[in-house]
Amino acid sequence: MSDDHTHDHHHDHDHSHLDDTALRVRSLETVLTAKGYIDPEALNRLIDTYENQVGPKNGAAVVARAWVDDEYKKWLLTDATAAIASLDFSGRQGEHMVVVENTPTVHNMVVCTLCSCYPWPVLGLPPTWYKSAPYRSRVVIDPASVLTEFDVSLPAATSITVWDSTAEVRYLVLPMRPNNTEELTEEQLALLVTRDSMIGTGLALTVDHLNNADVATDQLPS
Amino acid sequence: MNGVHDMGGLECFGAINPDPNEPLFHDEWERRVLALTVCMGATGEWNLDQGRFTRESLPPVDYLSIGYYRIWLTALEKLLVQRALVSREEMQQGMCIDQSKTVKRVLQGADVNSAMRAGAPVERPTTQSAQFSIGDVVRVENLNKTGHTRLPGYIKGHLGVVHRVHGCHVFADDNALGTGENPQWLYNIKFEAQELWGESRSQAAHVHVDCWEPYIKMERAT
Repeated sequence: MSDDHTHDHHHDHDHSHLDDTALRVRSLETVLTAKGYIDPEALNRLIDTYENQVGPKNGAAVVARAWVDDEYKKWLLTDATAAIASLDFSGRQGEHMVVVENTPTVHNMVVCTLCSCYPWPVLGLPPTWYKSAPYRSRVVIDPASVLTEFDVSLPAATSITVWDSTAEVRYLVLPMRPNNTEELTEEQLALLVTRDSMIGTGLALTVDHLNNADVATDQLPS
Repeated sequence: MNGVHDMGGLECFGAINPDPNEPLFHDEWERRVLALTVCMGATGEWNLDQGRFTRESLPPVDYLSIGYYRIWLTALEKLLVQRALVSREEMQQGMCIDQSKTVKRVLQGADVNSAMRAGAPVERPTTQSAQFSIGDVVRVENLNKTGHTRLPGYIKGHLGVVHRVHGCHVFADDNALGTGENPQWLYNIKFEAQELWGESRSQAAHVHVDCWEPYIKMERAT
């Protein structure tokens, strides 16, 4: 464990329960290491990979490329695994990728009703709400009510299609390109692609957000 | 197994409450649990589907209340005890008491990057031809297995249309039994919201679900 003592002071509720869990995890890690089942360096590298290296900025690069390159977009929609791998994103929980395209008439949303399947190589680890019972249960029966909670309302003519990730195929939404972005570079476009827009609980940001200091930084790919 | 993890279509869980400022991990121990689970998965002492079945087999009240990474931790401990890799006493004391067993593989720190980028594809070559084609109308079997399955309850008995043929993939239900991969053709099936839910909700049009061949039967070929 790296910095236990710095994390012992943060909890404002249920203090003893959290400390119990931290101790339990530390004991387990100690035993697994002593038994030679794990390499402690592998733990640190895994955490660094999914905390700092892999995240929604990968997916945003894929989307921005599809927005500027029609040939790439065609490839992405027919063989997403290969098209995404060509940008150097591949691997665990993204071995078999499918990309679904939003249009003025169809809005796509992705869920895993049975657990928490999520395309790690392009989006990183899922947010808590994606893994939670309220989202997993309701999005398949009443997706518009879910979108309301994310402050998204779609035009009346748009219908919603939900993709339930029940096997090892992982889905990524290709959001619609915002209006008035013809002058933007691929790199600037990528800044408009939020994590939620690639799950389907959000839309790509409008061009105003590029220079808006108030934009929630968590919604920008990091 | 019909369990509380199979929650598609329930509406009893309240608001989603997405937190736009949510950290990726809420405590240091969550990082460690993610990494310990991935590392122990890499030993090959159990497979992906056995890991999932262990998590979804936790007591339902626990599954719904202890939180995501405590589900992972509890299932990891259970798998380690089942495989006689670690004893409960060792976990409680945080030290080795019994001799280590030899595991199939140990993920080394230097190999983390390549292992994660390679992932573990589940498509397999087959000499069997696919029984269904795009456009076929199929009915979902009313299967109620006691073991692991990736057939969600909300589609059982319903009609859908074959939307995509993914290929021949490791069959999760059998893989979880530890009796081999038994690869089966995997299809993406498109369901009308009205077929699944009766009166469909505002803007809800379709739900797509990935189904292995044993989950479906022919209703009307194209």
